Amino acid sequence: MIPDLIQTFLTLDLFPILAAIFAALSCGLLGNFLVLRKQSLMGDAISHAVLPGLVGAFLITQSRSPGIMFAGAAISALITVVLVEVIKRLGKVEPGAAMGVVFSVLFALGVFMLENASARSVDLDADCVLHGNLQTLFWTTSPTEWNHFLSASIKDEVPRQLWTLLGTTLAVIIFITVFFKELRIASFDAGIATVQGINAGFMHMALMTFVAIAAVASFEAVGSILVIAMLICPAATARLLTDRLITQILVSAVIALLTAIGGYALASWMGVNAAGMMASTAGAILVVVMIGSPSHGIIAKARNQRKLGNLVALEDILGSLYRLAETDEHTTRDRLIATLGFTNRTTKAMDRALADNLVKLVGTHLQLTQSGLAHGAAIIRKHRQWEGYLVDEAGFSPDHVHDTAEKLEHLIDPDLPNQHTDPHGKPIPPK
Amino acid sequence: MNDLPINFEEILETLALQGGFNTNAVILGTTLLGIAAGVIGSFALLRKRSLTADALSHATLPGIAGAFLIATSMGYSGRSMPLLMLGAAITGILGVACIHLILHHSRLKEDAAIGIVLSVFFGIGIVLLSLVQTSSSGSGAGLNHYIYGQTAAMTRSDAAIMGTIGIVASIIALVMLKEFMVVCFNETFARSTGLPVWLIDSIMLGLVVLITVSGLQAVGLILIVAMIIIPPAAARFWTDRLWKLVLISALIGGLSGYAGASISALFPRKPAGAVIVLVAGSIFAISMLFAPTRGVLADTIRRLRLKLLIARDHVLESLYEIESDIEGARHPNASIMLIKLIAMRGWITTSNNTLALTEAGRIQGQRIHRNHKLWEQYLVSYADIAPTHVDWSVDQVEHVLTDELIAELEEALRVRGITIENGDPA
Repeated sequence: MIPDLIQTFLTLDLFPILAAIFAALSCGLLGNFLVLRKQSLMGDAISHAVLPGLVGAFLITQSRSPGIMFAGAAISALITVVLVEVIKRLGKVEPGAAMGVVFSVLFALGVFMLENASARSVDLDADCVLHGNLQTLFWTTSPTEWNHFLSASIKDEVPRQLWTLLGTTLAVIIFITVFFKELRIASFDAGIATVQGINAGFMHMALMTFVAIAAVASFEAVGSILVIAMLICPAATARLLTDRLITQILVSAVIALLTAIGGYALASWMGVNAAGMMASTAGAILVVVMIGSPSHGIIAKARNQRKLGNLVALEDILGSLYRLAETDEHTTRDRLIATLGFTNRTTKAMDRALADNLVKLVGTHLQLTQSGLAHGAAIIRKHRQWEGYLVDEAGFSPDHVHDTAEKLEHLIDPDLPNQHTDPHGKPIPPK
Repeated sequence: MNDLPINFEEILETLALQGGFNTNAVILGTTLLGIAAGVIGSFALLRKRSLTADALSHATLPGIAGAFLIATSMGYSGRSMPLLMLGAAITGILGVACIHLILHHSRLKEDAAIGIVLSVFFGIGIVLLSLVQTSSSGSGAGLNHYIYGQTAAMTRSDAAIMGTIGIVASIIALVMLKEFMVVCFNETFARSTGLPVWLIDSIMLGLVVLITVSGLQAVGLILIVAMIIIPPAAARFWTDRLWKLVLISALIGGLSGYAGASISALFPRKPAGAVIVLVAGSIFAISMLFAPTRGVLADTIRRLRLKLLIARDHVLESLYEIESDIEGARHPNASIMLIKLIAMRGWITTSNNTLALTEAGRIQGQRIHRNHKLWEQYLVSYADIAPTHVDWSVDQVEHVLTDELIAELEEALRVRGITIENGDPA
């Protein structure tokens, strides 16, 4: 016996959730390559432009058989890809505008045909195009016994959209696995791909074909908006978390899964449109990752920048004191801070230098300690070596190198062991 | 067919703006909107912002639904057009701001940023819309019209607002034509002359927002972007000059708006937005194919003519070389059609099944041969190309040398004391 609560879930929610998951996965996986190739908007164009194909197939055959609808949509998706290329190349139109012209005209054609078609049929609905009809995927004869899942009749009870989506998802996974190497090279560098004997143009068309298939298969269940969201958002989010393509693809699959389930759950809970909620969830996940990603997040970047800033301030203090020590000059704490630009950061760096015992106070005068002296020497060494390098190798004139060296000294050690004086004749401290 | 209007007179009446006050107002308003969209779209095209406009228009949906929800919850009518337009403008601008945020604070590129904003904002809009439908029984049903647009539901004052905004936006754009032009063509230069580029960009964006929100009711938020993208893209085929581009684009936009609104007023079940876009799309297709100089047809003809010219030159050159017993002469390789064409010009004779140059043909052949030698010499002595490698590029260039260039080449070679064998002018 299946409990009532689970039975309600099976009747109302199981098929929609599965449809959403498959749609999210198939689009989300392919999206990785679109985002990589800076062609995210091709997904946008295709998902708008399948409309006239769907309506046209229906108008011509007067049937809503899935095969025919699918063929119609796939044909118009491919026409979109070809038309965009033709207008870009023959018409020399800017890519964005070419895409905009093609998909808006095709979408308009679809709306136009839809208005005519719906005079005869109530099935085709313009709103459905945008947010699908997930909520109609009931399991009307949902089982009351667990062993029903093992019976043969279950195959016919599952709606055909779900089978289509499952097949598409598997096909996408196989495509990406088999052609991973080719897709990766063709996406990163079409020139290298050609040299290695990979037909980059063919891979482009194959990818677009799969995007079209995934878009068409998902279209009916989740609507065009979710197709666009799923083609772009999971991949874009994953891109902010990793630098490796394989990891990115796996992460994007997880995010797609989270988006589909989380979005559906939220939508049921709030009683709002599921496809819309999933797109919103995808956006919310992206925002969280964009802010909090450990490697590429806004917070992480701000933190790194602050760290670097503090390091620069400290090194500037030690460098200045080293220069003064070379000529037996002295300065006070406040005077040095004022010279280096009276900022909060410098003041803090000064406090740290004193606390870390790099600098000590002798009376009112600042003096480098043994370890402070070593640090200061290392920085001045890098600075003067950079100056030498810029003059000797990069053709700078000696009076123009200080500012550039001032920046480089904090980042890279040029490591030129045979130099002993800088272009101004000052000694380069030994290592 | 119940789709057809009652009679021919009615068609004429509508097209001549005699079809009832409300219809006229809507047609006039849409035409003005089309003109304004054409003008402002020109700058969006040149600034490569076509798809940013797409994201903007999709991002208006949460604003429309949100404004409705807020207004009804405060006890006002949510159907007031200015209120919905305000909401639409706010989230539209927010959407563009998000694109900038994503671009500046992450490694994602513009295409991804646009796609993210477009789909996520629209998704939020759909969620809010479904809230409207469940919370306010019936009163929010009309909000759907903002997605696909519906001219039939427009009142005279709606049309008046739309037309006024169109006129105002066009005037602002024309007043700022010079500033817009500088920013579009050379941003760096604009910055260096002290122009506030961000301000000018913001004004451009503001105008796109104005057009988008004022066109929502008539055209709908998905297709309004087509009115901004297509007319300038079509106009681009006809001209290289900015003021002409703006003018032609405005014309195409106005025509599309006029035709779309009229057809939609005449026939039932013909949505104005879709018809407007289809008219504009047809004009684009015609422009792309048939525009003189920049059109595909003109381009193809030009290329074919050049190909024919080159083939003809090669025949004359080869014959000249054979008849003058020049070493390395190549046999002409030409179709019978081509030979007949050259014979018609009177440059060769084909008597006794052999080809021979006429006197005029000999002069032509010599000229081409000489150009060939000139360019060859130039490449060898000036461009450091090995003598065995010059032939291919010479074959391409010898046909397009102008008289001035030939004079320059002769002078350059004379200075170096290089003479050309078999090539001295007759």
